[in-house]
Amino acid sequence: MKGLSVGIGLPKVKKHSWQGIMAIICVVFVFVVAIYAFFYLRHDPTLTNLDHRLQDMSLQHPLGTDQLGRDVLTRLLLGGQQTIGYSLLALIVALIIGIPFGLISGYKRGLVDRIFMRIADGFLAFPDTIVAIVLSGLLGPGIGNLVLAIVMVKWVNYARLVRSTVLSESQKDYVLIARINGLPSSKIMRKHLFPHIMGHVFVLASLDLGKIILLISAFSYIGLGAQPPVPEWGAMLNDSRPYFQSRPELMIYPGLAIMVVVLLTNMLGDYLRDHFDVKKEVQQ
Amino acid sequence: MSLLTVERLKKSYQEVKTAVNNLSFELNKGECLGLVGESGCGKSTLARCLLRIEPIDSGSIYFNDEAIEKLSERQLHPYRKKIQIVFQNPSAALNPKLKIKDSLIDPYGQYRKELNLNYFSYTSKDAFVKQLLEAVELPADLADRYPHELSGGQRQRVTIARAISIEPELIVLDEPTASLDVISQGAVLTLLTELRETLNLSYLFISHDLAAVSQMSQRIIVMKEGKLVDQFNRNHLFSEERHPYTKELISIF
Repeated sequence: MKGLSVGIGLPKVKKHSWQGIMAIICVVFVFVVAIYAFFYLRHDPTLTNLDHRLQDMSLQHPLGTDQLGRDVLTRLLLGGQQTIGYSLLALIVALIIGIPFGLISGYKRGLVDRIFMRIADGFLAFPDTIVAIVLSGLLGPGIGNLVLAIVMVKWVNYARLVRSTVLSESQKDYVLIARINGLPSSKIMRKHLFPHIMGHVFVLASLDLGKIILLISAFSYIGLGAQPPVPEWGAMLNDSRPYFQSRPELMIYPGLAIMVVVLLTNMLGDYLRDHFDVKKEVQQ
Repeated sequence: MSLLTVERLKKSYQEVKTAVNNLSFELNKGECLGLVGESGCGKSTLARCLLRIEPIDSGSIYFNDEAIEKLSERQLHPYRKKIQIVFQNPSAALNPKLKIKDSLIDPYGQYRKELNLNYFSYTSKDAFVKQLLEAVELPADLADRYPHELSGGQRQRVTIARAISIEPELIVLDEPTASLDVISQGAVLTLLTELRETLNLSYLFISHDLAAVSQMSQRIIVMKEGKLVDQFNRNHLFSEERHPYTKELISIF
């Protein structure tokens, strides 16, 4: 069942659903805001000012200040950069490792495939939370190690996804003809097989992005991710915990931010999935 | 003069099913040799063996009097540009994610340094693709389309254009019209005959359709269960000496 057309008798998903367009616009908006914030900061996000701690909304501080007198809006915007930026970093590194791995494994088959897939199985055996905790224990807590842990767990999914697509595509006549025409394996993978995997990879990546954002926030919340005073949504949640009774909005802001961004990436993923599925139907 | 000679070719799958059994034949330069047989008689396996995409068990394949059955992929390189293939299903033979022009340019892009084209000339990619499309009687604006935007007949013409793009000596046509409707079939067969004369090609025309084969080929060989059962000139198709199996095939049409 496709994401947006749940139920029988509903018309097929149009090529561009309004939810999808909205999701794209919102995601772009969040990214623009996060980047914009970087260049137009009104306050130092780490400058503490105990005279102005826990202030209400004002023109000076649109969302008030936190327990150390830092501007909440500034930290929220920069926190978005941290959270989304590191999530994207983890995702991109996972793609850079996973895609070639899957391409080679699926195209070469045989011994190469078997070795590659056993390596992948090895990585797949550990749940992401365990790997992150173990790595933090071994290498110390920090956002870098967290990203490393996420990459270690996530790349396998992409390798396997790419491999399965390549396995079925490389059986087709056009790959055979490319081989007859003397195209080297590297060119066949690049020119003929790569375009086939991008749709699948995009969908999985956009759905994964939300999960990774949650993971990074969650680990920062328990102190294994971003370290203070770096603004990060999960860490901000944790910092404001003692003040939840008196100033709940300090926890609500980052919590809401995480929720909205994760929701948006999921909507985007759903949209992309429908979009690519529809295109495939047309082609066949 | 013999262009392709096959001697006692044997190929079996999983040591039980013999697909091609002790097959020998010759293909002369400039001719179209028809290969007829029912589905599953080993025709396509033979084609794949000739192109060296399937390893053979025993026997020899001579191309221009040189044995090519044992050459490594690297040694095979000079022969690859002389033998091309057109498959049965053009939808599978074209990458659905690539524009027509990008699929067409593949063979030339690979052999450009070693080629001496007589009929086509390469000035730019677009001009070359246009020439190829014109050669198979397709409008030039198809170059920027994707395969799913073309009809089956047009797609098969594109794969033919790709096969002739490097002016090979031999083209193996593996049931090139089997997935087309009757009208497109006739048109594609006529086109193939014209191209053979213009470009000085030789064909190995594989089909289960005896009518198409007899229209196209000068000589015909008949295969049954991996073995060669009959071999004759087109004019002798209805002769009394024909093998009973050939007569059976004729009676179907």
